Amino acid sequence: MSTQKYPIKLEVNGEWHTLQVAAQHSLLQVLRDQLNLTGTKECCDEGECGACTVLLNGRSVTSCLILAVEVDGSSITTIEGLGQGDQLDPLQESFLEHGAVQCGFCIPGIIMSGKYLLKKNPKPTYEEVQEGLAGNLCRCAGYGQIIEAVLSTAEKAGEAQS
Amino acid sequence: MSASTTIPAESLVGKSLTRVGGRDRVTGAQRYIADIKLDGALHVKLVTLPVGHARIISIDTSLALQVTGVSCVITAADLKQPVPRFGPSFNDRPVLAVDEVKYYGEPVAAVAAEDEDSAEEAARLVQVEYEELPGVYSVERALASDAPLVQAPSLRGNNPLAHTNIINEWKLDWGNVDTAKADLVLENTYTFPMISHFAIEPFAFMASAKDGGITVWSPIQHPFVMQRIIAHVTDLPLSAVRIIAPDPGGSFGGKAYPKFEPLLALMALKTGRPVRLVLNLEESFQASRRASNQVWVRSGFDHQGMLVFQDIRADFMLGAYVDIGDRVVSKAAYTAAGPYRNPNARILARSLFSHTTPSTAFRGFGVPQVSWAIESQINQAAEKLGLDGLEIRLRNVAHKGELVIPGGTPADGHWEQTLQKAADAIDWGTPLPSGRGRGLSMGMKPSATVLSSNVLARLHMDGSLSLLMGTSDMGQGARTVFVQLAASELEVPPEKVQITMGDTSIVPFDSSTSASRSTVFMGNAVRLACQDVMRKLKEIATEQYGVAQGEIQIFGGKLHFAGRSLPYTTVLKDYFGPGRGEIIGLGTTRARFEPEHPLGGNPAFWELVAVGCEAEVDTTTGEITIHKLATVTDVGKAINPQQVETQDAGAAIMGLGHTLMEHLMLDDHGRLRNAGALDYRIPTIKDMPGSLHSGLVENQDGPGPFGAKGAGESGILSISGAVGAAVSQATGVIIRDLPLTPERVWLALQDKANINPSAIHSKSLDHDSGVHQLADGLK
Repeated sequence: MSTQKYPIKLEVNGEWHTLQVAAQHSLLQVLRDQLNLTGTKECCDEGECGACTVLLNGRSVTSCLILAVEVDGSSITTIEGLGQGDQLDPLQESFLEHGAVQCGFCIPGIIMSGKYLLKKNPKPTYEEVQEGLAGNLCRCAGYGQIIEAVLSTAEKAGEAQS
Repeated sequence: MSASTTIPAESLVGKSLTRVGGRDRVTGAQRYIADIKLDGALHVKLVTLPVGHARIISIDTSLALQVTGVSCVITAADLKQPVPRFGPSFNDRPVLAVDEVKYYGEPVAAVAAEDEDSAEEAARLVQVEYEELPGVYSVERALASDAPLVQAPSLRGNNPLAHTNIINEWKLDWGNVDTAKADLVLENTYTFPMISHFAIEPFAFMASAKDGGITVWSPIQHPFVMQRIIAHVTDLPLSAVRIIAPDPGGSFGGKAYPKFEPLLALMALKTGRPVRLVLNLEESFQASRRASNQVWVRSGFDHQGMLVFQDIRADFMLGAYVDIGDRVVSKAAYTAAGPYRNPNARILARSLFSHTTPSTAFRGFGVPQVSWAIESQINQAAEKLGLDGLEIRLRNVAHKGELVIPGGTPADGHWEQTLQKAADAIDWGTPLPSGRGRGLSMGMKPSATVLSSNVLARLHMDGSLSLLMGTSDMGQGARTVFVQLAASELEVPPEKVQITMGDTSIVPFDSSTSASRSTVFMGNAVRLACQDVMRKLKEIATEQYGVAQGEIQIFGGKLHFAGRSLPYTTVLKDYFGPGRGEIIGLGTTRARFEPEHPLGGNPAFWELVAVGCEAEVDTTTGEITIHKLATVTDVGKAINPQQVETQDAGAAIMGLGHTLMEHLMLDDHGRLRNAGALDYRIPTIKDMPGSLHSGLVENQDGPGPFGAKGAGESGILSISGAVGAAVSQATGVIIRDLPLTPERVWLALQDKANINPSAIHSKSLDHDSGVHQLADGLK
């Protein structure tokens, strides 16, 4: 196994980092182990559970399937990058309000998928929310409350704009 | 931060206070075990074999030790001899495999290295010479006369079953099944598969030895059980063993009992370094599961549909070590006849060893496995007798105060209300859309027995309150409930209540977070601790102000006496003066141990659910669509209705998992064929039923605070029976094996098309199924 490290630059939550990363390390490992951003969770390591979802240049990706060396120069948003100071992101608020959080382990990934969904489609239907979050597993299975939380956020954003 | 600040203390109970700890869970700030780093920690990787049963011939660690960064490779030979064994009920599980590997995933060695990559590389280089041995991978094999013994008889003392693979036999018998006269007898066999807990947080553990003591980090549900077991394997006193148990990222019973923590504790002591082991998901699948089972049942009914007898034999396939599996079987046996008036019953439940992952606690604790059989029998009897699933249950369900088991806890709620509400929720009795079917079922689970819980309540100088307790908050929201209870008892604002959990060196003893017991037993302890604080406030007021205790009243967060109203802060300030102090209250609850009782004592309450389902089957693919699913649970009183409903909804969906899609599969070598998220399907957000209703019955008739009973497991108890009945009505086929995968349903539909329609019900699938006696006039 190679121990050689490669230099990369990453913009994470608005801040640029210069890092030395191993070729075999995933973006998830680098975020968690080198940048100490542990809000992004590790579970299946095969892109099936969605717990490691982050935004890569604005698109949601499972960070366990992406090698850090592949994304040199990219912009990443993790769960820690949402909200402003003490002010939660409206989607985070909505998850709390609707009781969409139980053990919470899957929630950062689901919220990141939800952010991307609402960016692409600010007024999703129930079925479109299901489709948008189909890649995120929640074993506490608060799926009904999660859907309500996303729909309610979209509705409130719509009201604010009109 | 939350709605909590706007809710006055006196009306907190029954309100859906926002989850305490919720904010950290939506920001990513919540620290689960794998998120905690210990300075200088060695990373551990386990070495396992690709078979379920093998004799270890030799282990060569020389290549592994050459990997840069490797600190040590530990095998059983490196541990103290005999190698310590542990378990919650029997000390049968070795810290590392000794001589034999008894399940796929059992570690034969453990590598510790400076980083994860080196540990993984070295683990691959550990060379194990082994001889695969014939394995016990099914109920049939476990019971075969020529089957290998999974556990050495020498470990089982004088147990008369020591030379079999039967761990234990649980028997209940009342009335007389043999002489009971029934008009309709149904005899069938049902199966329930092995299920993975699949918490999204994989297992993770750490340990550190310092100052003659040991600290273990684990997402364990029962930190004090862990403390006892770590003390046992390390020979340290309990006072030198500290368990730090951060909130689990989902557990569902999987993290109830120790797995590799004893190994880590010994490695930390041996290396003098902190050690850390984070399992991947596949390894987590190998570390815990639910027991599969096979239930043979003969049920007798009279012509009006009244249960005459139930004759039940259930064989549960546990794993290579007992873990808590035998207790699961005891509870399954105890509750097997269901929430009905059973005049005659004979129940035999056996727990069996096999060369598989030790099965452990899993939400529902044995009940879903027996409920599937019993509820299906009742649904089939209803059809034979021209009744429907509601009517037959209304005739049989125990009314409040009636016994369901002789000498046991009587029915503790108006269960017929629960049943009726579930039926109403799916529009039972209204015309059914074409191609659909409806089904009902009920489930009943005994609550915890033999336990004690303690709470320390510290009322501080500024009127804020700290509660210290051993409950684990694994998503059920225990903290929120306790804040609501304490804030309402002492009438302090909920945001001024802080709860500390998860550290045995700080919090007082608690038996477990299991069997939906925390709201009732720890909840009562919280109230008692607060009442103790109030009692002591009166005592110091008496001393300080010279007023008789009987003249003091406490309400509104103040002491009232002799025309004065003093807030807690004033009383504390006056009494303690500039040196300052605080009031410490203790609340204790206990359920007495009755050695002769099969459960160690009668349960304090029943967790009772009724389920309704409306489903449709695509006859070309065998795929089931759940249009409506309703669970109604008798919770006595929901302290936080939103949390109860979300747990019930989650439990129902988890129940759909084992009903429709989930099953662990083994190959001929005892290896899991479908470990991991890709091959083991659990419900996704797209598997949500068309409508999901989580209803509550609240008659405030439970033993907990404000008449609460436990909640959170009921939703999963009996999903299968209701879904099975709906599928049966929709298609005319009866399937007695779970899960109801499209393949299985499609095959059953093919069978139905290929045989004489009149024979469908007696020969629907693999299992023999028959109507043995059918009184004239009933056909």
